Amino acid sequence: MFNQPAPDSSVLACPHCDLLQRLPQLAPGASARCPRCARELRRRRVDSFNRTLALAVAGTLLYVIANTVPMLSLTIVGRDASTTVFGGAQHLWENGQPIVGILVLLTAVIAPAAQLFCMLAITIGSRRSSVPQWVGTLMRHYPTTRTWSMIEVMLLGVLVALIKIADYATVIPGVALFVLVALVFVLAGMQASFDPHEIWQRIEWADEDRTRGTKPMATGETA
Amino acid sequence: MTAQHLSAIEHGFQSCEVCGLLSRPAPGRDDGQCPRCGQELEFRKRASFERTWAFLIAAAVCYIPANVLPVLTTTTATGRDSDTIMQGVVLLWSPTGWPLAIIVLVASIMIPSAKILALAYLLISSQRGSIRNNRQRIRLYRVVDFIGRWSMVDVFVDTFTAALIQLQPLMSVEPGPGLIFFAAVVVFTMLAVESFDPRLIWDGAALHEVTHA
Repeated sequence: MFNQPAPDSSVLACPHCDLLQRLPQLAPGASARCPRCARELRRRRVDSFNRTLALAVAGTLLYVIANTVPMLSLTIVGRDASTTVFGGAQHLWENGQPIVGILVLLTAVIAPAAQLFCMLAITIGSRRSSVPQWVGTLMRHYPTTRTWSMIEVMLLGVLVALIKIADYATVIPGVALFVLVALVFVLAGMQASFDPHEIWQRIEWADEDRTRGTKPMATGETA
Repeated sequence: MTAQHLSAIEHGFQSCEVCGLLSRPAPGRDDGQCPRCGQELEFRKRASFERTWAFLIAAAVCYIPANVLPVLTTTTATGRDSDTIMQGVVLLWSPTGWPLAIIVLVASIMIPSAKILALAYLLISSQRGSIRNNRQRIRLYRVVDFIGRWSMVDVFVDTFTAALIQLQPLMSVEPGPGLIFFAAVVVFTMLAVESFDPRLIWDGAALHEVTHA
């Protein structure tokens, strides 16, 4: 059963402390914070769509490269070894740690892919003036993919491993390592340019009696 | 003071955690669907205290084997050697490697234990309806939420150390039984943070203001 939307669309409750408040009109680039708990409630991004889409495309390309070429190589007394991100997870799977292997695969390979896929689909799907509901479904799951996508943590781990191994052997950082560093920055930039509120304002409502979103507010204000 | 400092729950409004829309459930009901994005709505996350405690206790239980059991086993021509997380930190400690030893020490030993203690404090103080230090408590929640993922660093260190050092019979490194418990601590504390509803920190304050209005 659908809820009745609040009559005034500029009134909202802080997600961290539930304080009811009216959101002021924001200039592009400006942000609003909750007066009680200082949580950032909204930030208007400049040129959000084009920047987010450009960074999502760049991120996807970097992701593909990062997962196809070796990340670390090692030389010791004439013997070589190299590994990719996937190879690290696979080794755990084959050596008695399948669950940790899956966790590594999830946080370093699957979740980043899901994050990039969601963002690409969201930015492409919301180019229309009336945004379809499936974009909303992806936006619901996007924060989960972000929580479990841990490329930056993995990079720190690789750095520590690299220096640990350097005591025994010559370690050669592979191309993928540098691509992953770039990917971390691209993902951060993509996140910073994304403006979900802008999309929510144009989405087709789940409650079809209130399509186009503006209707209930308009009737509420004239009543 | 009270008129402006009212929570949505006291006005019968629910705010959607997905799209942020404020809406009111049908009369006599305390759940419904967000009319904009279709998300199931409730005033507070369902069974937040119970779920958070469950994940937190699971994390605390796994914390012991995570620190006692070895996470890496090194096999060389001369024998086998198993290292726990703490021994890994000690091994990293050298005139050049000490900054990394500190990173691993902070991320693997200090953050998980601090997270468990911090969440327990947030749960107990919120369940008692405490209104003291609300701003510090919400800040603590945000810090716990932000730093939690970095504990995974040791899982990745051990993964790639083991994947790379496969030079049988010279030297090989295998993951140890402690690794799964350590990964479980990180995952359970992250799930605990997800289940905790930060608005519960303020509900005591709201009730306080209402009763003293």
